[in-house]
Amino acid sequence: MSKIFEVPLYAYERSPDQDAPAPVRHKVIVVGAGPIGLAAAIDLAQQGVEVVVLDDNDKVSFGSRAVCYAKRPLEILDRLGCGQPMVDKGVEWNIGKVFFNDRQVYEFNLLPEEGHQRPAFINLQQYYFEEYLVNRVRELQAEGAPIEIRGRNKVEAIGTHPDHVKVEVDTPEGAYTVEADWLIACDGAGSPIRSMLGLDFVGRVFEDNFLIADVIMEADFPTERWFWFDPPFNRGQSALLHKQPDNVWRIDLQLGWDIDKEREKRPENVIPRLKAMLGEDVQFELEWVSIYTFQCRRMEKFRHGRVIFAGDAAHQVSPFGARGANSGLQDTDNLCWKLKLVLDGKAPESLLDSYDYERIHGADENILNSTRSTDFITPKSDMSRILRDAVLDLSEHYEFARPLVNSGRLSVPCTYDGSPLNSADALDGPERTRPGSPCPDAPLEDGFLLPRLGGKFTLLTIDADAPDVIEEDGIEVTRLALSVKDDPTQELKRRYLGEAESAVYLIRPDQHVAARSPSFDEQSIRHAIRRATGKEHANV
Amino acid sequence: MSDLILTPNIDTPDDFYAVLLAAHEGLGKDESDALNARLVLVLANHIGDRSILSQALKAAALKQE
Repeated sequence: MSKIFEVPLYAYERSPDQDAPAPVRHKVIVVGAGPIGLAAAIDLAQQGVEVVVLDDNDKVSFGSRAVCYAKRPLEILDRLGCGQPMVDKGVEWNIGKVFFNDRQVYEFNLLPEEGHQRPAFINLQQYYFEEYLVNRVRELQAEGAPIEIRGRNKVEAIGTHPDHVKVEVDTPEGAYTVEADWLIACDGAGSPIRSMLGLDFVGRVFEDNFLIADVIMEADFPTERWFWFDPPFNRGQSALLHKQPDNVWRIDLQLGWDIDKEREKRPENVIPRLKAMLGEDVQFELEWVSIYTFQCRRMEKFRHGRVIFAGDAAHQVSPFGARGANSGLQDTDNLCWKLKLVLDGKAPESLLDSYDYERIHGADENILNSTRSTDFITPKSDMSRILRDAVLDLSEHYEFARPLVNSGRLSVPCTYDGSPLNSADALDGPERTRPGSPCPDAPLEDGFLLPRLGGKFTLLTIDADAPDVIEEDGIEVTRLALSVKDDPTQELKRRYLGEAESAVYLIRPDQHVAARSPSFDEQSIRHAIRRATGKEHANV
Repeated sequence: MSDLILTPNIDTPDDFYAVLLAAHEGLGKDESDALNARLVLVLANHIGDRSILSQALKAAALKQE
């Protein structure tokens, strides 16, 4: 049986652009048909923005790669029409076990908070994720949406101009030139676009190597995350075991920096390591082996004129905490509504600078968290190893030490505190829904809150009066009127009101809070809408 | 904000000091280092207050403000 990653999913086809007498101008070109590029394209196409995806390959990625998807990205994928297949296929897990040396030191239960439509995490091979995204592209195409994926279209050169970008593309049938008003570079950690523009990463650099293996086995390991510090089968390093669908198990073995990658990847070297880890008697088949090298760093700016970087092309983190693909999806979620407004002339181009502000904030948070995990997992000095081992030894006996154990702080969405799009907080409400926060889900009488917010500006009123629609300078805001009476579990009240009697929230298309107040005040809402769309810079 | 206590605060200091030495008796350098590290973490958790812990870190570094 051929595997999904062996079949071309978007085979090369000749485009009329290749025979055009002059370069054809598109609205948006996305470079890279990985998860982030496809998510960007789907988001734009759903909003009616014409978009072409160029990719030098024609298949989904080989091997499991990004494997852990958090709740917020699943909510974003719901909006993009691909959340359900992810959750249906993915494996949910809540129990984690931590091993140190030759023994288990403790186990934890993530105990995800109740009252969310989506689970805290699922595990799923990246190739399934990409397949669902490609399926969604096909679905949109069938509905007539302006979206296209061009396989085996390799970007060779890029020219930037004040009002457009020119791209030289190579194909199996020769080169052609194409243009776009905007280009989104989602071409991965080694981003060729970044190199072509002479831009590089800045910030802290951390380097390590991980042997990543997908193993097919009929084993009765439970659906749990197992993390080893300094295990007998990988001395001085770490190891991670994660279950994926189809009896595929993902194993990450840390190897350190100074190694011979080609040698470590050979099955005769990999299999003994895995046998030492899984037990001599366990039967398994090796599906995929790779050596993963990471660096923790980001670009100084994600927007360079009409070229905008997203995902790994813009920032890289260590694998601890599942912050790569998860943060990339939050990039495009942040970017696409802004780009749509700019393309429609409903917001100034400078709105896109808030993408830089907000997602650099997100990237820095991810880099900080993943660097701290890395420092714990790979102590840099004798004393940091002594302290790390002390934490692990204590964690076996005393609960207090367990929060200090850091095998990866799992991805949570960031709050855009201090964003120029936020209005001052006018509600004495819960901290978690302050301006800049991603809206937490809540169960309603009929379904959940987040699908009701959709992907447009919304005025959420809870036991407060307001007009059904407000239009401010081309931006239409629709009211979603709720009451604590429609709140069977009281979670809406707990998450959005706190001690307040009523609330009015202005919510952005990416479901982040822009402003909130106890009641509707037309002037301040209009001001908040202008501010959230980059039209006001002074505070109230 | 409460202040770190830097005046004598331990009853029978000689007894405490003897117990501290005794805890390390017979241990090799690695075992003693590990014990000290665990002790620091246990005490730090008991204190909990981050501002006291910051003051303690400064005091232990012997750097005058």
